[in-house]
This record gives sequence, structure tokens and C-alpha cells, in this order.
Amino acid sequence: MIVYVVRRLLAVIPVMLVVATVSFILIRLAPGDPASVIAGPYATADDIARLQRSLGLDQPLPVQLVKWWGRLARGDLGDSIFLRRPVLEAVFERLEPTLLLTAWSMLVAVAVGLPAGVVSARYHNTTVDQSLMAFALVGLSIPNFLLGLLMILCFGVWLGWLPVAGYVPLEGGLWLNLRSLIMPSLALGLVQSALIARITRSSMLDVLREQYILAGRSKGLSERVVIYKHALKNAIIPTLTVIGITFALLVGGAVVIETVFNIPGLGRLIISAVLRRDYPVVQGVVLLIALTYTAINLLVDLAYLAIDPRIRFR
Amino acid sequence: MRELRVFLRRRSAVIGAVLVALNVLVALGAPLIARVDPQVLDVKSRLARPTGAHWFGTDHVGRDAWSRVIYGARLSMVVGGSVMVLSFLGGLTVGLLGGYYRAMDNVLMRFMDGLMAFPGIILAIALMASLGPSVVNVIVALGVVYVPRVARIVRGSVLVIRETSYVEAARALGIGDLRIVALHILPNCVSPVIVQGTFIFAAAVLGEAALSFLGVGVPPQIPSWGNVLSEGRSYLQQAPWLTLFPGAAIMASILGLNLFGDGLRDLLDPRLRGVQGASRET
Repeated sequence: MIVYVVRRLLAVIPVMLVVATVSFILIRLAPGDPASVIAGPYATADDIARLQRSLGLDQPLPVQLVKWWGRLARGDLGDSIFLRRPVLEAVFERLEPTLLLTAWSMLVAVAVGLPAGVVSARYHNTTVDQSLMAFALVGLSIPNFLLGLLMILCFGVWLGWLPVAGYVPLEGGLWLNLRSLIMPSLALGLVQSALIARITRSSMLDVLREQYILAGRSKGLSERVVIYKHALKNAIIPTLTVIGITFALLVGGAVVIETVFNIPGLGRLIISAVLRRDYPVVQGVVLLIALTYTAINLLVDLAYLAIDPRIRFR
Repeated sequence: MRELRVFLRRRSAVIGAVLVALNVLVALGAPLIARVDPQVLDVKSRLARPTGAHWFGTDHVGRDAWSRVIYGARLSMVVGGSVMVLSFLGGLTVGLLGGYYRAMDNVLMRFMDGLMAFPGIILAIALMASLGPSVVNVIVALGVVYVPRVARIVRGSVLVIRETSYVEAARALGIGDLRIVALHILPNCVSPVIVQGTFIFAAAVLGEAALSFLGVGVPPQIPSWGNVLSEGRSYLQQAPWLTLFPGAAIMASILGLNLFGDGLRDLLDPRLRGVQGASRET
């Protein structure tokens, strides 16, 4: 088991190196030299040369890359061109809404998707199953930003139940904060719950065909015990994997949903940075998201150990 | 023929195929169906309700929303198709090299793992930041996102096929690597890739719409579903038709591709039956 954990931890290192390298390359793909972009349109050739030296851009690329790794290891993501302050500071300022939005959406996705999948499998090939799966198919086919817009139209504009857009930070009161996140979290979470429901249903159906389920039923266990105690425990593994993937989709979706609902989170930060050509911010946000995603996947893999004893003996 | 019957027996797959065919027809016949040039401004009738003259109404500068949605279908098909081809070319190359040549496997696949560590839309946004807004760049950015996904599938199949006795026999006969890969391995690993293709197509259509909606995709004057929705967002209250019609178009298109993909998967790869969901990996 320890061997498994160590091997899994070691496997993260090359991924992180590649992530750091890709984010390094990204900024070099941009047309023109980063120094002249940073210096702005009114800079003289002299200014640009000075900036190039201070940024280390006059050194060969491999040297720059190694230095970039070194800076990252110290947690230094550089400064924003537009905001004139460290990228990491700007990121932390925008973290709250994105974290809350992602967490609530995850809750919605699991709270809706998991029971829907289990119920669908239990009542396989009935009207319940078919209508739940039809909903899931619609969920898979609707982009989250479109669902967001439709919800604004319905609950904000026509019914007037919820604010059309905007964000109230946590310090503005828990209820107001929650109220401003209801629609965004539902728009994001419901779309994801479709995927979770489909995966849960198919893995439940696979498990329900197993011999031990038949054995459980024939010794007179109630359907409830068979489904929730015996089947669900084994069927949850693929769902757990999807929850890891779901995190990536939710963070990606949060970036889009923040634009729909005017929420000042990481998504707004990266999009405004793209429009202002503020490359260090784009690079920093992308890198942090990728590292978090890698860490979450690692945690999901380690969670298998706790849930599935079969892995421990491998 | 038997395969076709299996496919036709699934009603949902047929509905999907019809929706996809409709979408392709609309894309091909856009100039005939659109009636009005999607770029023509008619400022006097801006934000007009849907009428006989403007079936889907007009937007904030008086462009005909019907024409923009129709031309948007064309753009979606072009982007979806090109991203699919690009990710096939890249993914097959990387997957075949990695799967067949042990020496390259580690480096290539670690690089692919690194790319997969970025949530798709985030990587696409970052690439668009560097490349700048244009249709070709959207295709390149989304293509890069899906190359690793294809590469992983191909590599997985190649690792199995490489060990089969017919490949061993070919090698024993002294047939060159290139010929073995092209004639014996490649044909046996395409079918899962084709199934994945419809889901990549759907994901690329969604991806383009999302990028354009965010303002970092296709330039705003080009009619695309994402652009129409992005412009309509500011007029949600006065002109909900600018959201509802392009929204319905996107949904019909993605639904069609998903249903078609599910049907195709059951046909080509019965082992994967029921394990859907690849299309949401944006």
C-alpha cells in the first residue's frame, strides 16, 4: 500500500514539470517579444532592452526555463502588467467567489446526480429510468452558460425571485452571499449532475448483475439493503473517478458562468487579462488551476485506498 | 448491412443522425436558407421582435438573427470538423509512436498527461490569449486540447495490438516498422477513435461557443452561436429571442451529435456500451 502511495506521489512530479513548462511556452507563443508587450506601446528601444535584461529574456531559452521552474518552486508567479502587483496577490483576492461557486456546484452535481443514477438503475427500463435518462441527455447537451442565461430569464427577469447577476461576498452576510450563488451553482451543477447520473447508473447496473447481489437477494435481504449497502458501495468507484474529472469541468465552467452572472472571480480575472494581454496573469491563473486539478486527482486516487480494499493488496 | 440494421433499430440513434444531417444541410446551404446577409446592419429596426421579415428578430445593430444563427451553424460545423481532424492527426501520430516505440512512450505520454492536467476550456483560453482571436486559432486551440485524449485511446489499443501473433508474424517475415504500423496496427485501432470523434466534434462545438461567448474566440463580427448569445446577453430583458433561438440551435446540434455518437459506439464498440460522457470533457 505504501508502495502504491509513493508511486502515485512520484508520478505527479513529471506532470507538474510539464504543466510548468507548458505555461512557460504559452507566453512565448504570443506574437512579439514579452518585454515590448510589458513595456507598452510608448516604450523606447532602450527601455525594452533594459526590461529584457531585468526579466532575463536575453538569456538562452533553456536557462530561462530552469529559472522559471526555480521561481515557481519559491511560489513567485511574477507581476501583473496591468495591475502592477504580484499575480499571486491578485489571484488570492479573486479566489473566494470561484471557490464557493465550485464547491456549491459540486454539491448540487453530486446531490442530484448520484441519487438519480441509483434510482435509474433500481428501476431499470421503467418510465422513471427513461425520463431521468432523457433529462440527463438534455443536461449533457446544454452548455452551462446557456442554462445560466435561461435561468436568469426565467427566475430573474420574468419571475423576479432571484438577483439577475452580481455577487455579494461572504462578509456581506451568509444569506445574501448564498442568494447570489444559487442560480450560478445550479446552472453549473445541474449540467454536471447529468454526467454523474449516467456513470452511476451504468456502474450500478454492472454491479447488480454480480453473483453476490443474487446471493443477497436469495437469502432474503430487503431490496433496500441490497441496493444501498451492497451494490452502491461497489458502484461508487467509477463515480468517484468522475468526481475528479468533474472538478476540472466545474472550474472550467466556473470561468464561463462568472461571465454570465458578473461574478468577480478567477474567471473574470483570466478573461480580462486575456483581453488586456496581461500574460503573466493568464499564465499564473492557468498554472494554479492545473496544479490544483492535479492535486485533486491525486486525492481522488488516494481516496480509492480508503474505499476499495482490493487496491491495498495489489 | 447487419450493422446498419442494428443502428437503425435504435430510435435515438436515428434521431441523432437526422439532427446531424439537418445541421450539415443547413451549414452547406446557408446562403440559400439565410435570406439576408448576416453582416448587413439595419439600425432602424434594431432589437425587432420575430416577424415575417425577421423570423428570429434582429439584434442590437439590426442584423437579422435568423441569418446569423444559420451562418453560425456553418461555423460550428467547420470548427467541429476541423478540430476533429486535427485531434485525429495529432492523436494518431502521438499514440502510434508512443504505443509502438517503447523508447518514446514515456516522454510523449508524460507530455500528454501534462496537457490533460489543464481543464480543457482553461487551456483553450490560455492558447487564445497568445494566438489572438480568429477562426483558425480557435480550431488550433481546441485541437491541442483534444490531441492528448485521442493519443491515450490510440496508445492503449496499440499496446494490445502490438503483442498479437499477426504483428509478431509480420515482424518475423521482416516487414518494416512503417508498413506494420500503417497496414496492421492502424486499421485495428481506428474504431474507438471514430466513436470518440463524434464526442470531440460535440465538445468542439460547445468549446467554440463558450470561447466566443467569453469574447476570446471568433472575432465578434463573424456570426457564431457563441457571439450571438454573447451579444444577446446584454439585451436579455428587451430581446430574449436573441438568447432563445441560438440556444435552441446549439442544443439541437449537441443533442444530435451525442445521440449519433451513442449509436455509433454501440455499433463499433459494444464493450463501451453505457459508458457515455466523453463529450463533456471540455
